[in-house]
Amino acid sequence: MLNIGVILALLGAVLAALCAGIGSSIGVGMAGEAAAGVVTEDPAQFSKVLLLQLLPGTQGIYGLLIGFVTLTQIGIMGGSSDISVIKGMLYLVACLPMAFVGYKSAIRQAQASVASIGLVAKRPDQFGKAMIFPAMVETYAILALLISILAIFGIGGLAI
Amino acid sequence: MAENQYLYAVARIRSRELRLLTSPFMEQLAAAPDEAACMRLLREKGWDGGAPEDSDGMLAEEQKKTWGLMQELVKDMSVFDVFLYVNDYHNLKAAIKECKSKNPFTNIYLGQGTVPVEDIQKAIRENDLSILPESMREPAEEGMKALLHTGDGQLCDMIIDRAALEAVRKAGESSGNEFLKLYGELTVAAADIKIAVRASRTGKNRTFLETALVECGTLNLKALTEAALESEEAVAAYLEKTDYSDGALELRKSPSAFERWCDNLLIRRIRPQLHNPFGIGPLAAYILARDSEIKSVRIILAGKRNGLPAEAIRERVRETYV
Repeated sequence: MLNIGVILALLGAVLAALCAGIGSSIGVGMAGEAAAGVVTEDPAQFSKVLLLQLLPGTQGIYGLLIGFVTLTQIGIMGGSSDISVIKGMLYLVACLPMAFVGYKSAIRQAQASVASIGLVAKRPDQFGKAMIFPAMVETYAILALLISILAIFGIGGLAI
Repeated sequence: MAENQYLYAVARIRSRELRLLTSPFMEQLAAAPDEAACMRLLREKGWDGGAPEDSDGMLAEEQKKTWGLMQELVKDMSVFDVFLYVNDYHNLKAAIKECKSKNPFTNIYLGQGTVPVEDIQKAIRENDLSILPESMREPAEEGMKALLHTGDGQLCDMIIDRAALEAVRKAGESSGNEFLKLYGELTVAAADIKIAVRASRTGKNRTFLETALVECGTLNLKALTEAALESEEAVAAYLEKTDYSDGALELRKSPSAFERWCDNLLIRRIRPQLHNPFGIGPLAAYILARDSEIKSVRIILAGKRNGLPAEAIRERVRETYV
């Protein structure tokens, strides 16, 4: 029998992993191009620019985490997958913060990383400060992760 | 996003900017005892092209290095056409004059251009202007007529210089990039002001000014023409009412002070690109910064060669980008 609830919940899990993953791949790619430019001229900066390149990659991991937690909650990874349409809809909505914020923040963080890579190219001694600027964007990805996780676990306990 | 096209290139340029000559280094050069000492300092900085005592060769090599780097970084070099049109039109003037003199000229052609020098020479020699880009055909024909029929070299120069400025302005406007647009506007405005000053000094008439001056957004050509016909002081007074009011003071000092101010204005306007991590702007600014430092080094070396005092050289050295 067609279980609309599971389909909706699965859609939420897929969106979280998909959007955040796309955002991160764009972001890591952008920062990687800039990092390669700096390393072409000054190979000694490799470790510093590598860290800056990796920063926009975290959103993809958060998206994966949300997707994984949702799959376990709705029984796709094992257990009962008999959930109502309302509950399925709630799971979908719970995944959206991570999907949207993950996508947008990864790209914005990449732009900050690219700028910071330029900073490191010119003033390698300012690496610590250069890390902080893109790291600030991470705050909002973490907040989205938090709200999605709280919502997903909260929905599990609802008797609807 | 278009701005993401140049991420690698801009990051490399950021590293390269560390190798640009700084104001203290220019000061060191100006204070050096002679040309040989300047050459030694430059070689230590990595300016290693040309024969040991050949300063022109070294400067030409530095210019080649800049364009070589850009060719490595940018697939479609047409984005930099706005900087190269001046060289094309210079080569066009040279080819027309070479054709008239019947003797081959050496070392007057500029290598960096959008049209190969051989094509320009062939087009003029064989009177086959179809080889040239469409925008160059009309000024080439008019310039040839002016020189070959009337023998008026100045008229030929004026026609082609005007076409060059128009090409620069149009290329800047059509680039869709704010920075290149600004470059086009500043180049044309600075040229117009210089033409007005020279015309005023040499007593040129209205027809000359109307032919030579090129339309631009920041100057009112009618007012500039009237001022040039009146006096040099009137040109300075007109400038005070424009975006170039600071230049009026320099214009009153001397023509070379004004030329220096024009170059410095461009450097000041491009300096924000030092903090721009995206787009073509930082690359274009780097090209202009390199041109400017090569110009300053040429001034210093020429000054040293001719025994000018350090103070006189310092007055002519341009501001540095970094």
